[in-house]
Amino acid sequence: MCGIVGFLAKKPEFIQSLGEHVVPMLTCMGDRGPDSAGLAVFGEPVESSLRRFSLYAPDRRFDWSTFEQQLAARIGGQIELSALENHAVLVGSVEPVRLKAWLTEAHPSLHLLSTGRAIDIYKDEGHPSEIAQRYHFTQFSGTHAVGHTRMATESAVSPAHAHPFTAGEDFCLVHNGSLSNPYSVRRKLEKKGIRFETDNDTEAACRFLEWRMSEGDQLEAAIQKGFEELDGFFTLLMATADKLILVRDPFACKPAVAVETDEYVAISSEYRALAHLPGVKNARIFEPVPEQIYSWTVSSRST
Amino acid sequence: MDRVIPLDLARLTVRELNDFLHHRLPTGDAVRVEILNPNGMHNLAVGLDAPADIDILGHAGYFIAGMNKRANVTVHGNVGWSVAENFMSGTVRVKGCASECAGASGHGGLLVIEEDASSRCGISMKGSDIVVGGSVGHMSAFMAQAGTLVVCGDAGGSLGDSLYEAMIYVGGKIHSLGADAQEEPMTATDVARVTDLLTRAGITRDPKSFKRVASKRSLYHWHADAGQEY
Repeated sequence: MCGIVGFLAKKPEFIQSLGEHVVPMLTCMGDRGPDSAGLAVFGEPVESSLRRFSLYAPDRRFDWSTFEQQLAARIGGQIELSALENHAVLVGSVEPVRLKAWLTEAHPSLHLLSTGRAIDIYKDEGHPSEIAQRYHFTQFSGTHAVGHTRMATESAVSPAHAHPFTAGEDFCLVHNGSLSNPYSVRRKLEKKGIRFETDNDTEAACRFLEWRMSEGDQLEAAIQKGFEELDGFFTLLMATADKLILVRDPFACKPAVAVETDEYVAISSEYRALAHLPGVKNARIFEPVPEQIYSWTVSSRST
Repeated sequence: MDRVIPLDLARLTVRELNDFLHHRLPTGDAVRVEILNPNGMHNLAVGLDAPADIDILGHAGYFIAGMNKRANVTVHGNVGWSVAENFMSGTVRVKGCASECAGASGHGGLLVIEEDASSRCGISMKGSDIVVGGSVGHMSAFMAQAGTLVVCGDAGGSLGDSLYEAMIYVGGKIHSLGADAQEEPMTATDVARVTDLLTRAGITRDPKSFKRVASKRSLYHWHADAGQEY
């Protein structure tokens, strides 16, 4: 069992207060997933010459200021690093490939959680309420967010196995369920040179969909191919720089409930995680049907 | 006039609520309990065995009124998975929509979903009656053994798959029938049965407009020469 949550703000005041709405959702779904949690938040994209990188250090006392100095000396260019415990968000003009190569060489213990122009990711082991508190999730603003609370059933409990998973740029995915063919999907992708970071089944789904998009598919077309390729139970919630997307497997084995108002879209595994949201009691609440792609686009984007 | 007992889940735990409903309901006079602030909580009013009227004022979560005996439970909102699962008697009414597995494995009593029910509605029902004012999702009445499922709207795919002796009546379209389920002509007995259930559910529909779905009974016995081709 796991919990998923998603939120897309339609009004500026909800963009500002995104974290305040999402944290009670994530904490409530801690009942479905108490061992680890994560949150991906999408904000206004940085300009096209820049990238945002979310970094994770297994050691909570990691010296981020020395890291920043080394990075400036070795990579150069415009760099801005903001660290919070063992997570840091780096914004800079560095190319993702170059940063990855340098990290592998100089800081192999660090995990690169996400790359893009709009996405930041925080994920860790522990109860979702502790993680939300540790990384000040309530203070987050942004256009949309995707969160996950994990009760591991098929691979280890570790920060790297926590969701959201990412692949490519500005794409993340959370999953409630279990895939029965992740290894065959993985073998196919590895033959194409795609590298995996964990043995988690969700990573196979994430990398499969990103591979389809790198081959030219729109996300919706990639998901259609995913329905053919992925075997097992899944409610998948995904986000790109400007979209929130939800699908359920053909049998709808794992729950999902969605609500849409003029002010926001909110998605969760269970209604009780949405019960605190303003106006929810009289809003249109619905259960997504199997194999249908539900997609919401950020409307307030200025670029 | 009924005596009304308000129970507020902003102040009580679910365990305290159910403990009151099991052991401390006043006997004698007609009793009506109002459960306030359900906010999607699970397991509300489960395992009741008393002739009480229970009103849940708002959306509720999973397993509402599970195992119900004798009580009349009304949810003034939507419910999550498995409302009235394994219920024995009494009436459970959902004024909104129900998620998956509504009335699963119910032995007796009447479950009314005034709007839509999701997939697997009435799965493995064993004698209860279910009336859905709207539509039901896929695999409804899967392996249903006894009782009646009345769907005023449409039925999703694989309706009545591996059906035993339960009867299904559908007012709208049937997306597809499951293995061993077949559409059959409506008889006068069927019309009377649908009329009775619609009346008890408080839903106005022409009972003659319903289609009857029942078991072909071809899966009851294993055929060596079927070669798994069912």
